[in-house]
Amino acid sequence: MSASLATVSYIGATILFILSLGGLSNPETSRRGNWYGIIGMALAVLATIFGPRVTTGGIAWIVIAMAIGATVGLYAAKKVKMTQMPELVALMHSLVGFAACTVGYASYIDSSTVFTGAEKAIHEMEIYIGILIGAVTFSGSVIAFGKLSGKINGKPLLLPARHMINLAGLLVVIWMGNVFINAESALGGVFPLILMTLIALAFGVHMVMAIGGADMPVVVSMLNSYSGWAAAATGFMLSNDLLIVTGALVGSSGAILSYIMCRAMNRNFISVIAGGFGTGDGGSAKKSGDAAQEPVGEVVPVSASDTAELLKDAKSVIIVPGYGMAVAQAQHTVYEITKILRERGVNVRFGIHPVAGRMPGHMNVLLAEARVPYDIVMEMDELNDDFPSTDVAMVIGANDIVNPAAQDDPDSPIAGMPVLEVWKAKTSIVMKRSMASGYAGVDNPLFYKENNRMLFGDAKKMLDEVLAAIKD
Amino acid sequence: MPLIIGIPKETFPGEKRVASVPEVIEKLIKLGFAVSVESGAGQEANFYDEAYVAAGAKIVGSAADLWAGADIIFKVRAPSSDEVKLMKEGQTLISFVWPAQNSDLMQQLAARKVTVLAIDSLPRQLSRAQKMDALTSMAGIVGYRAVVEAANNFGRFFNGQITAAGKIPPAKVFIAGAGVAGLAAIGTAVGLGAVVRANDTRPEVADQVKSMGAEFVKVDYEEEGSGTGGYAKVMSEGFQAAQRDMYAQQAKDVDIIITTALIPGKPAPRLITAEMVKSMKPGSVIVDLAAEQGGNCELTEPGKVVVKHGVTIVGYTDLPSRLSKQSSTLYATNLFRLTEELCKTKDGNIDVNMEDDAIRGLTVIKAGEITWPPPPLNLPAPPAAKAAAAVKAPEKKSSHGHGGSGEPMSMRTLAIVFGVGGLLFWLMGAYAPANFLGHFTVFVLACFVGYMVVWNVTPALHTPLMSVTNAISSIIAIGALVQISPPIAEGVDRPGFWIGVLAFIGIALTAVNMFGGFAVTRRMLAMFRK
Repeated sequence: MSASLATVSYIGATILFILSLGGLSNPETSRRGNWYGIIGMALAVLATIFGPRVTTGGIAWIVIAMAIGATVGLYAAKKVKMTQMPELVALMHSLVGFAACTVGYASYIDSSTVFTGAEKAIHEMEIYIGILIGAVTFSGSVIAFGKLSGKINGKPLLLPARHMINLAGLLVVIWMGNVFINAESALGGVFPLILMTLIALAFGVHMVMAIGGADMPVVVSMLNSYSGWAAAATGFMLSNDLLIVTGALVGSSGAILSYIMCRAMNRNFISVIAGGFGTGDGGSAKKSGDAAQEPVGEVVPVSASDTAELLKDAKSVIIVPGYGMAVAQAQHTVYEITKILRERGVNVRFGIHPVAGRMPGHMNVLLAEARVPYDIVMEMDELNDDFPSTDVAMVIGANDIVNPAAQDDPDSPIAGMPVLEVWKAKTSIVMKRSMASGYAGVDNPLFYKENNRMLFGDAKKMLDEVLAAIKD
Repeated sequence: MPLIIGIPKETFPGEKRVASVPEVIEKLIKLGFAVSVESGAGQEANFYDEAYVAAGAKIVGSAADLWAGADIIFKVRAPSSDEVKLMKEGQTLISFVWPAQNSDLMQQLAARKVTVLAIDSLPRQLSRAQKMDALTSMAGIVGYRAVVEAANNFGRFFNGQITAAGKIPPAKVFIAGAGVAGLAAIGTAVGLGAVVRANDTRPEVADQVKSMGAEFVKVDYEEEGSGTGGYAKVMSEGFQAAQRDMYAQQAKDVDIIITTALIPGKPAPRLITAEMVKSMKPGSVIVDLAAEQGGNCELTEPGKVVVKHGVTIVGYTDLPSRLSKQSSTLYATNLFRLTEELCKTKDGNIDVNMEDDAIRGLTVIKAGEITWPPPPLNLPAPPAAKAAAAVKAPEKKSSHGHGGSGEPMSMRTLAIVFGVGGLLFWLMGAYAPANFLGHFTVFVLACFVGYMVVWNVTPALHTPLMSVTNAISSIIAIGALVQISPPIAEGVDRPGFWIGVLAFIGIALTAVNMFGGFAVTRRMLAMFRK
């Protein structure tokens, strides 16, 4: 295959990737979008393998490597539970980061291409940056995976003077970059490169360790973005436009998702990255907030059978799921209840907060897994005006995203965060294990409202009881 | 020495109510009071002297003796001038007074140096006053009775039926004014099976109307009709015209009209004109609950039932009295609640505490001094308005995922962004080689394409978006592919083994992503169904 033909194939692959992302604008076209992605990827890989840059000697190795990877990947994709999606995605990001590092190192020790002058400096800088981003993505994603799967404590780890440590790391990285580019021989450049890689790995670990569990959606989408930038940097390194374009697409996609997540929490992106929600500034604000607005009223517990009665008598119900539903694997029971209520003519809908769960769109995927039709799953903005005309709003394992303090209490650490206004419904039922506060560590005045009822217990167990009572 | 509460027989012609009933008198005695009842006071409401005696009251033979012996008088109707003459200094009177309409009576009472608590002057907007609100109790009875009177004068069933003798359509009832009486009427009429519609100038009662099972008929005109204290206010000319049109239409359609529209201190609004009455079907019924204040219907004759243009118009002014047992019991309870407020010590003495908002409002004459009207209450703003403000406060940003990132940036930020961007581009143009710039162009354009495309992704698909972009980012495999065995010119030294190992690892890892990512995306998307 000639070089031109390979290039044309790359253009075709680029177009297919763009169509693939475009297809996700709506569930109807999304399946086709995924196929576009698969075809584009196949086109790109085959054009490369049979293109001018790969000689026949390597094909065997490529096939072996691909086969190993494919087996692992397909197995994982088949076995993963939908509640574990965030972990899987985080783990996959780490692979892209690691691959970016190996490609960068390989490119550096490859002495067959020789650059001089400004081109050499730029090429080395590209390698340097590519490895840097790759390493941060890798270690950050591994830590994110650990936190999401519960292998690492979800609480933010805050080292003293953490900003100083980061700053020092950055300065060393810049200095090493200077040493690296000015290195006389290839061997001389290896030491700064390795040192930089270690710093980048440490930085990735430190960055994600400092971020609390509630901010995980931001982290996951941010790492998504990084894996894209790593690909783009590799593209620059190898002068390959396909890599650049694809990396840029993925990078900007992740960046937009991070931005959406931050806005959904009314948080500044920088402050999320700087880490430690509910501490530092948040902590002092919280104390003054407590003094200013101690929740008044009584917490009224309710039994599963009373909940069932309320749901049966309601004309319209909005269910607000949160991470608690995912943890309890309660989505199937939720749908059973929904199905029965809908058969009885109750208008049941789901209200999804953008940051519910541990990654963007997490709740939608869980509900889809439980076969909840996506046209009754609504976004926060579509639904918030409907609460006053709703009879029962049922909150399952969510807390901060339904906290009225975000609107009423300007001193609250979550003030200004858009929330689902469940308290405007005639009755709200909150399903929770205990009165513990959510990830933001803020007390929730909703629990004390007159029209609120608390259904204490494990979400799955309680919902099973509610389901049994509704069936009677 | 406990105070004596006196219950005289009502003297107003046709009044059948009595100010207290045996059941409540027992409770009054428990508060420490002594009670004397004029002989035959409760006769018309089916409460006999024996029952009062059994409850612990003393029966007094004549009105004069009763008035002379009592410290506190409980009455229903405002006292007549004869009764006022029986009052003595220091006595307390609790009854309906209507101080705005009865200024002569007020002067006479003040002259007797008595204290008067007008149950009709209760500040109804105080929630703790509700238990004493005799107007509400009476209005509820009036609303119920209005429907009963309508049914009595209406020649058909209220509920629709399908019988062997044919189909009977349900009666259509229109209720003007959804105050307490209106709502009670709605409930009663709905209970009888009629199709009920209602209207009120206060838009906030629409929900209450619907909750009672009636349809709220809107006037096609924008104006807020809520006055103070939960009453309606006089509306503008334009509104009234639109309202007349609506009433005219309803009149043609419905079988029964019940009007309850009252504006405090003003004659009742004329809602139903003679024309409208003419347009109604023969046999229809109008019950005018505002008859005493002049009537909502032009043809109403207060206190009478008349038939005009084939339409029966009920203008009774004594509806509570027509349900005297019920209304007496409720009124007696209201007065008892008031007595509790006056006698917090439960020792049979009363304290007319003018610091108390509810009692201040009730007291129209204090020891001969007219204290009516009371100063306006300092109440918090109605909760409806507060809620609206609270809703407004959080900034409504444009919904995400549908094009664009909210508001446009300010000029200043825009200038900074362009300045910094321009500087970076200039630096790049000055130092970077042409080859790099070609790639850079592609990179920048791709970022923008990605930006545009991704904003269109629906939030529900954010997880699939991430897994598909993750799969796509395994395009980095290309980098490893071209490294594994490139065509090498003769004589070039290359650490092929190490490169090979690194590239092999890279390919294997990205293949995990490539296959796993697409497969899991496919699995997820297959689940999204309608």
